[in-house]
Amino acid sequence: MFGKLTLDALYHYDPIIVFANVIMIGAGVLVVALLTYYRKWGYLYREWFTTVDHKKIGVVYIVIALIFLLRGFIDAAMVRGQQATVGAGGEGYLSAAHFAELFTGHGTMMIFFMAMPFLVGLMNIAIPLQIGARDVSFPLLNAISVWLTAAAGALVMISLLVGSFSEAGWSGYTPFSGLEHSPGPGVDYWIWALQISGISTTLTGVNFVTTILKKRAPGMTLMRMPMFTWTVLCTSILIVVSFPALTVALALLALDRSVGTHFFTSIMGGDQMMYINMFWLWGHPEVYILVLPAFGIFSEVVTTYCNKRLFGYTSMVWATMAIAFLSFGVWVHHFYTMGQDPLRNSIFGIATMVIAIPTGVKIYDWIWTMFRGRIEYKLPMLWTLGFLITFVMGGMSGVLLAIPGADYKMHNSLFLVAHFHNVLIPGTMFGLLAGFYYWWPKVFGFRLDEKWGRHSFWGWLVGFYVAFVPLYMLGIMGMPRRMVTYDNPTWQFWLVIAAIGAIIVAYGIFSMFMQIYVSWRDREKNADLTGDPWGGRTLEWAIPSPPPEYNFAVVPEVRDRDAFMEMKVKNRAYERPAKYEDIHMPKSTPLPIVVAALSFFFGFAYVWHIWWLAGLCVLGTVAAVIARSFNDETEFVIPASQVQADEDAFHARLKQADVFTYIDGIQEFGDERTPAGQYVSPTSRATSGAPG
Amino acid sequence: MASSPSYDLNRVRAAARADTEVNFGFWAYLMSDVVLFSMLFLAYVNLSQRFAGGPTPADIFSLHGVFLETMALLASSLTFGLAMVSLHQGRKNHIIGWLLATAVLGIYFLWHEVSEFVHIIHEGASFTRSGFLSAYFGLVGTHGAHVFFGLIWIATMIAQLAVKGLTPPVASRLARLSLFWHFLDLVWICVFSTVYLPGILAGGSS
Repeated sequence: MFGKLTLDALYHYDPIIVFANVIMIGAGVLVVALLTYYRKWGYLYREWFTTVDHKKIGVVYIVIALIFLLRGFIDAAMVRGQQATVGAGGEGYLSAAHFAELFTGHGTMMIFFMAMPFLVGLMNIAIPLQIGARDVSFPLLNAISVWLTAAAGALVMISLLVGSFSEAGWSGYTPFSGLEHSPGPGVDYWIWALQISGISTTLTGVNFVTTILKKRAPGMTLMRMPMFTWTVLCTSILIVVSFPALTVALALLALDRSVGTHFFTSIMGGDQMMYINMFWLWGHPEVYILVLPAFGIFSEVVTTYCNKRLFGYTSMVWATMAIAFLSFGVWVHHFYTMGQDPLRNSIFGIATMVIAIPTGVKIYDWIWTMFRGRIEYKLPMLWTLGFLITFVMGGMSGVLLAIPGADYKMHNSLFLVAHFHNVLIPGTMFGLLAGFYYWWPKVFGFRLDEKWGRHSFWGWLVGFYVAFVPLYMLGIMGMPRRMVTYDNPTWQFWLVIAAIGAIIVAYGIFSMFMQIYVSWRDREKNADLTGDPWGGRTLEWAIPSPPPEYNFAVVPEVRDRDAFMEMKVKNRAYERPAKYEDIHMPKSTPLPIVVAALSFFFGFAYVWHIWWLAGLCVLGTVAAVIARSFNDETEFVIPASQVQADEDAFHARLKQADVFTYIDGIQEFGDERTPAGQYVSPTSRATSGAPG
Repeated sequence: MASSPSYDLNRVRAAARADTEVNFGFWAYLMSDVVLFSMLFLAYVNLSQRFAGGPTPADIFSLHGVFLETMALLASSLTFGLAMVSLHQGRKNHIIGWLLATAVLGIYFLWHEVSEFVHIIHEGASFTRSGFLSAYFGLVGTHGAHVFFGLIWIATMIAQLAVKGLTPPVASRLARLSLFWHFLDLVWICVFSTVYLPGILAGGSS
């Protein structure tokens, strides 16, 4: 009846896990109780669980990301704590099994449930607005994607309570992740969490490729797309082309584990290296899936806060595409030491180093954009500068690792761990946090607090260096990654410093949550009346904050790369038509949460081999999708009068903020040729509640 | 004319174009499916000589059966093409007829494949026997699963045609189903030339 699931699954050998469960269940009960007490379930269901609005979906993604940022960070902090306190030859406070679950969980959660949802959340929020669209191409599919991600995250969460999580590392190498070496439910939880979130991501990729190629406002040619849109296009293509490799690798691994096939086993004709190749055929493009949109965010931030056009737009576009293309030709560098001949290693080594060239182009483009710009040191600009300096270091250590001969010394050492954190934290995390601050007022209608934001920035930046420079040292000193204990006493000094770094990062994360709280508390003071708090250059700033459900009352006409800036210069910003028209928007639907719930139970059932339940879930999903396909009444109409009323209110706010005087003052695009005298600082103008 | 002209045929035709927004999205999805199958082909080619002392392709494949199977699937692409021709003519009942013909050929294909699987497993050559057989069942089985879902989709579309008639949304869905079905044919041709032909040729005549 219940497959392999027995009450033993609830028994935990480790009091720390019991404690974590108490916290998790307590938090869950508290949230449910509060929602019930304040009677918010109806509101949540109507406005969030069933919505297909890309802006709200974006927010849900980011909420998921922030929850898993905390969980992933706690795992990292526990790993750091173990290594700092264990001492040479000691036992430490963690068992080897629990330690392995922690580093597996940390990597899995940070990549799949923090970075990816955060990124997709920002994509959801910004892309339709940047291209002048009213929603993505497939709003329902988009909602299915977000709730599938939530379902996958729930599988990771429940593994803490029922059974255990994988101990095989975030990359789950065979044969260790095979049944023989990992007989427990942990790897199965890992497989299905990744599988469900991977399918969600594939659907997102399909959705955004279509949205960007098919839904742009008239006049927005490919070479007029904002840089963030370009990078998201490249990322979406990478998603569509690379995620199926992960899907297949995980599916075949699941078959090996559940029905006894021999794809990746080390006996009976299986090939364990095939798993590793397949995994990195996805895994390396994944690195660029994560980093390219962050590059796009930095491009938006640099142009906005330097009040200049992007330097070398065309080169930036080609560099993005070159990186996307090259990302498929370097996967072998993840396993130089695993037996290929030197020629093959050399080819992949050279291909890897070549990626540094387009990346360098981008770095110079950002520097030249800043050059002679009027830089406003707002928080996103700080993230960008922190990124530039830190990321170049990480890139350099990457070029070092790309040399197969050197890699033989560094492979699976803490040098590698330091390297990829050194590219992913500034390259992805800093970009995400810059975008978080940059687009926050667009979504919620008020700005984020600058002071706590700066605390967060310095916490992250200083904490990063203190935590990871020691890992470079330790790597060179020969310390392998993933050690629950060690016998070299000289390592501990550096590990203690790294742990201090983790504490400083914790302050950065704490400050970010404080920033959200303080900004929400002072939301009246920080209100963004105009929808254009930063003197923006792209279309998302041409509409109110928060935007109405339909985004654009009238679909804008694009005449320039910096579409909204052109409107301001030519004095055609906020132009109103003679008459508004009815707008058709997609209806809310419970289908996405139904599909997500069925996926969750399918994953859970597969983990515990409860086959009847898994079968029912598949049947249910197919039935739900077919039933939905019979429904052609999927849209509703927002009447022109409603649009007119919204726009009247918006224009009243614009007048109140004296925007039109400000626009009259803008004569130039603000490139480096602009005479200093004509310059009007967009954020120094008279809007209410200019940030301090 | 088989169906009442209660809809605008031009709108039906426009909805069935391959380059509408929603159909473009389906092309993008098909690209991801191409990669999915590429990985399975990669697995098959990589494991195709790893017999672990078990049966080889020549021991278990019969060109005769595969030939009939292949012809059925190729013919089903033709019948689906004719269904789309009927769509452009606005003949609802003809579409249903050709879809039924496609479904019959698809069911024959699938029945043949399943009986081949059962036969091979009965001979002791199950997917647990060797890397080669795992990869064979993995690749061919995934294609078969796609055909199975294609058949469910065909049944759904026949029902929609019967209930809703040839409306633009129905025509749009038929256009995507058509892409899907032809794509499965294409994949099968690759399966035939990667799995069955070299397997049988390597072992002499069948």
